[in-house]
Amino acid sequence: MTHAPLLSLAIWVPIVAGLLVLAAGGDRNAPLQRALALAGALLGFLVTLPLYAGFDLAQPGMQFVELAPWIPQFNVHYHLGVDGISVLFVLLNSFITVLVVIAGWSVIGSRVGQYYASFLMLSGVMNGVFAALDGVLFYVFFEATLIPMFIIIGVWGGANRVYAALKFFLYTLAGSLLMLVALLYLYGKSGSSFAILDWHALPLSLTAQTWLFFGFLLAFAVKVPMWPVHTWLPDAHVEAPTGGSVVLAAIMLKLGAYGFVRFTLPILPDASRELAWLMIALSLVAVVYIGLVALVQTDLKKLIAYSSISHMGFVTLGFFVFNAWGVEGGLVQMISHGFVSAALFLCVGVLYDRMHTRAIADYGGVANTMPRFASLMMLFAMANCGLPATSGFVGEFMVIMGAMQKNFWLAFAAATTLVFGAAYTLWMYKRVVFGAVANAQVAALKDLNPREALVLGLLAAAVLAMGVYPLPFTEVMHASVNELLRHVAQSKL
Amino acid sequence: MSLAQLLSHLRALPEMVLLAGACALMLVDLASKSETRRLSYLFAQGVLLIAFCATLFVLSESEGKRYYIFYGLFVSDLLSHVLKLFAFITVSAVLVYARPYLHERGLLKGEFLTLLLFALLGILVMISANSFLSLYLGLELLTLCLYALVALNRDSAASTEAAMKYFVLGALASGLLLYGMSMIYGATGSLLFTDIGPQTAALAASSSSMRTLLVFGLVFVVAGIAFKLGAVPFHMWIPDVYHGASTAVTLVIGTAPKLAAFAMALRLLVNGLPALAVDWQQMLVVLAVLSMALGNLAAIAQSNLKRMLAYSTISHMGFMLLGLLSGVVGGNRLNAVDAYGAAMFYTAVYVLMSLGAFGVLLLASRQGAECERLEDMKGMNRRDPWLAFLMLLMMFSLAGIPPMAGFYAKFAVISAVVQAGQLWLAVAAVAFSLVGAFYYLRVVKLMYFDDPAGVAVPAGGGSARWLLSVNGLALLALGLLPQGLMALCQAAIRSL
Repeated sequence: MTHAPLLSLAIWVPIVAGLLVLAAGGDRNAPLQRALALAGALLGFLVTLPLYAGFDLAQPGMQFVELAPWIPQFNVHYHLGVDGISVLFVLLNSFITVLVVIAGWSVIGSRVGQYYASFLMLSGVMNGVFAALDGVLFYVFFEATLIPMFIIIGVWGGANRVYAALKFFLYTLAGSLLMLVALLYLYGKSGSSFAILDWHALPLSLTAQTWLFFGFLLAFAVKVPMWPVHTWLPDAHVEAPTGGSVVLAAIMLKLGAYGFVRFTLPILPDASRELAWLMIALSLVAVVYIGLVALVQTDLKKLIAYSSISHMGFVTLGFFVFNAWGVEGGLVQMISHGFVSAALFLCVGVLYDRMHTRAIADYGGVANTMPRFASLMMLFAMANCGLPATSGFVGEFMVIMGAMQKNFWLAFAAATTLVFGAAYTLWMYKRVVFGAVANAQVAALKDLNPREALVLGLLAAAVLAMGVYPLPFTEVMHASVNELLRHVAQSKL
Repeated sequence: MSLAQLLSHLRALPEMVLLAGACALMLVDLASKSETRRLSYLFAQGVLLIAFCATLFVLSESEGKRYYIFYGLFVSDLLSHVLKLFAFITVSAVLVYARPYLHERGLLKGEFLTLLLFALLGILVMISANSFLSLYLGLELLTLCLYALVALNRDSAASTEAAMKYFVLGALASGLLLYGMSMIYGATGSLLFTDIGPQTAALAASSSSMRTLLVFGLVFVVAGIAFKLGAVPFHMWIPDVYHGASTAVTLVIGTAPKLAAFAMALRLLVNGLPALAVDWQQMLVVLAVLSMALGNLAAIAQSNLKRMLAYSTISHMGFMLLGLLSGVVGGNRLNAVDAYGAAMFYTAVYVLMSLGAFGVLLLASRQGAECERLEDMKGMNRRDPWLAFLMLLMMFSLAGIPPMAGFYAKFAVISAVVQAGQLWLAVAAVAFSLVGAFYYLRVVKLMYFDDPAGVAVPAGGGSARWLLSVNGLALLALGLLPQGLMALCQAAIRSL
């Protein structure tokens, strides 16, 4: 099949746009840089649309494949392709990038070019992670995401940004370095191949699978993040600028979860089944315990960060119950969380830009002065609790159904998230938005400007659309997920 | 001597050109009156260019074959050509970076240029050595020039002390090396690596007492190599010399001589003593792990950038040794090309990174103010975004983060280690890389996250800045497309 190199475009358009923005000079040229960044982000999003339009629903394998030799000494290829599992994330990523560029329009005043260049390059690199079909290529993209995010947190972040940036970088690097050893081991085992799809078919002993499982686990668990290696996330979220938080929550956390479906499950099916109890236990800890931790947070961003960890626990739970409900539910939850967490962080950003505080206690009665904002945030809060007709419901419902098929009590424990999630989200919403006007600052608040309204409105539309009619999202996944489950069911021993 | 024999000596043309050029430079420098030493500088660059072309000529003429000349003392193979080309490029870049710095401090004298060229001659001789004798000659020529270079800044107490330290420890290491060589000579009766190779194999197999003698000799030889590379526990000179010498001289020491040390390790161990691979590989394991551990941990505690980079050198040389020690697995040399090729790639990339990192320090310390403490990097992004970006590339490359070339260097070495079945070594290597990432990140943090402290340094300029840009972007380019250099390294190793 011949086609335009759409995936390459999805990766390189934002990166080249980022370089152009960087080349556009210093802050004197900020308007030009903003325009360039927006053009780059929009173009980057446009080139991903044909991926969805031209996607063959019946085909479970890789589509839009590009293959070229890269480092012949190590048999490394520039090998790209997407299946039903990954294609949506490329779209989501490019979509969120556009929003981030718009959201930072007037907020970022210093080093504008570097800010936008970081986000655009990050976007391209993350598309690369989702599209890479070669182990080394995957690793390169996976690691390269660290550099721009490190800069974003460290340069435009809050008071404690240096600590947060370093912690973020070192935690993630610690995890992924072991993955490198695992990749090299697989390279040796498979007779000098770095093709991920070859590894899917590679027979491995249970001992080898178990070791590899833990090698990958650390890398992905840090990224997801799973309890107990989650502690970098609240710090990173709190200190990152709004755009950084959005990308971190909406896309970057998905890299880890995606790693589980692309590497752990198909390459190590026996170890995955063998150790599913561990993954389920860690996921439940995230869902229940972290949900409780979120309840007592006094910082808006921290609360949403913990809520993210809790929701990502749902994703990993869904993956390791090994049925179509669970895996698809996990994937849907990932996309939904991409919209909802992005929206919530943007909401916090809207408030922070006006009040310069994230403490819940400083707010109260925002609904009186910002009615439009309050109603939009209401929608996102509801989606975060998993209210039916919002996107949050679909994923959680599917995962609970999947868990139910496996074990009633598992489903019961997972379903407590609906209670905790509602508790911390709505309580937070109540304290911030409802009640009497808390202080003079709140009284002076101005409602959303058109730019903010546009960004939040787009996300609101996405959340509602996905909640009311999720089929366009799920039908893309079906074939690939079924193929994955069929593959995982077979022993490799 | 027949004409053909005489012509065959032309395989040492690069060395001849350099020797003649270095001698002529001393005379030319007398005519160079100006403060900037424009004439001498251009002459030195010209000599390097001609020697570079001479190497290319010898390379193309050799048609990939290996030749021994001067009664076997001198070997001319692809490995030597490639390493020599690297060395010329490196020294040429060193000259460009160092010139403005030295000029501002009144150190730009003919001595610097002449000593540098003679040091390079030593490096070339080492690279092409096929005998203990020529190896030692080259080594002494190199180190004697370096001692003098470190002491070049006569009025600085730190420089003089560093030179003294370097000299005493260097003499000790040379002594160790000579002692080891004499034992191996005693056992085999030959000075040529090409003879020693088969001889040791026979001896080591035949009698255990001979083997003991050889292993004793080997220990001393390895110690000598470890000293030149700066591997723990023979690393003591590195931090002090890097710190004490003027930054321009640190740049000299930290770059091209690593190529020579690599060649020396390869020729001595792989060419000369392959029969004892089991023994020296074990020794290298200890050296490598200790170097990575101490280098990375001690670098964290440094507040001086030059010292930090010195400890980082130690850790990088440890990492490079990992490649050297995974070539032979159970007497089988299947992994050799990959492993030694990886080590060579690592060395080449390391030299490029070190060149760039010290180059940034040199450029940033213009206008009288030294840039060598960590605080001096503060707010670099505000003062000079492009220079900060280049340093960022160097730091991420040194830390081994893709898509920089440093990642592929680490990747290739770890791959060789894993293929050799030494998984625990690979895990240790990545663990220490993680430790290492911290202090490189700290530099990035200082440059990008902190506000500028002290006086703003006006952007230095000229050719050094251009070359530094090329240097930094080369690391990025090599990270995106490493296959060319990797193929070159592997081809060079195959010629061994």
